[in-house]
Amino acid sequence: MVTPTALEAELLKVAGAVPDPELPVLTLQELGVVRAVHVRGTDAVEVELTPTYTGCPAVEAMSLDIERALHEHGVREVTVRRVLTPAWSTDDITDEGRRKLREFGIAPPRVRQEAGPVTVALGPTRTPTTAEVDEADQIRCPHCGSADTELLSRFSSTACKALRRCLVCREPFDHFKEL
Amino acid sequence: MTADVTVHLAALALGDDALVLSHRLGEWVGHAPVLEEEVALANIALDLLGQARVLLSLVGDEDELAYLREERAFRNLQLVEQPNGDFAHTIARQLYFSTYQHLLYAELAAGHGPFAPLAGKAVKEVAYHRDHAEQWTLRLGDGTDVGHERMARACEALWRFTGEMFQPVEGLDVDPERLQEAWLDSVGDVLRRATLTVPEGPRSGAWAAGAGRQGLHTEPFGPMLAEMQHLHRSHPGASW
Repeated sequence: MVTPTALEAELLKVAGAVPDPELPVLTLQELGVVRAVHVRGTDAVEVELTPTYTGCPAVEAMSLDIERALHEHGVREVTVRRVLTPAWSTDDITDEGRRKLREFGIAPPRVRQEAGPVTVALGPTRTPTTAEVDEADQIRCPHCGSADTELLSRFSSTACKALRRCLVCREPFDHFKEL
Repeated sequence: MTADVTVHLAALALGDDALVLSHRLGEWVGHAPVLEEEVALANIALDLLGQARVLLSLVGDEDELAYLREERAFRNLQLVEQPNGDFAHTIARQLYFSTYQHLLYAELAAGHGPFAPLAGKAVKEVAYHRDHAEQWTLRLGDGTDVGHERMARACEALWRFTGEMFQPVEGLDVDPERLQEAWLDSVGDVLRRATLTVPEGPRSGAWAAGAGRQGLHTEPFGPMLAEMQHLHRSHPGASW
């Protein structure tokens, strides 16, 4: 591991300040997708970007926005390299990012205890299920704060979100699901 | 064969599985039973397309590989090329395939081979695909009489395509045969909880299908490819 230089730290800030193209309330730094900036010779910079989902179509827009921001900052040559390891996780979203998501009306992801699938019940079947949910596992409505919410669909407008509904204020809302 | 060539063969096998299933799931857009399900299937298709792009790019130009290969050059499992059928068929195909893919990617992610980075990333997405298929299998199987009957019929119809998943894949640092027991346990458990019975027919052998990995495909695959490839072939190099 090489310690970033002052210039690299500065350029990382510039790249990280670019807003997410799909959730513009978040910056790429708050989303945790800009991994590093390396200065390669004079006026050339390589940025390491990791996708949230393998098929995330926003990656191309992110790359272009990062290139533009660094060009405007005076860097002549910018290469954005896609890195897959270590895999992005919703735990990479900063606390500030979580707060902004909630303000924007999206329930932030819960902090994951361990890897593996998240079990969520789809709805009534003939066989009753007895799923116990503890306090830390609850997903709260970003509008009224109630923990009494239900899952409508485990996939929503983008792959990273699930669609839920609050049973108290009746508002549907997106939940940034844990990955 | 050199190591590179065999890795290419394995990348084609896994990449084609993802690409072909992604296209099949995409066919539901505009036809799914409810809007939420349409969005869910499209999201799963998008995850798979992302995997396919990474895997095919290990081999060569992703567009050329996807749009300009003939049927015999595709290495995907016959399971993933099967038509969508009714919603229960799609869910049975998802249950069988996502359970396999989840086991396979978990193994690959734990290793240090060329597929470990992608598998480590994709295994978390596939966990959601598997969960989606499980919940729907339970809901349909343990639901109304019509749902139960259709789900049972779908599980039965696709059973003969499941043996192929566990045949060896050249260039892969995991022997899929080792996943078979865990797959049977996992799928069997879901089917039993869905009040369905595990099908009894052959899963491989003379009377079962399964040579997609050798480039032999079933009849519905040709028309699917024709539709998938026609735009690129009619207008080479077009962009918008």
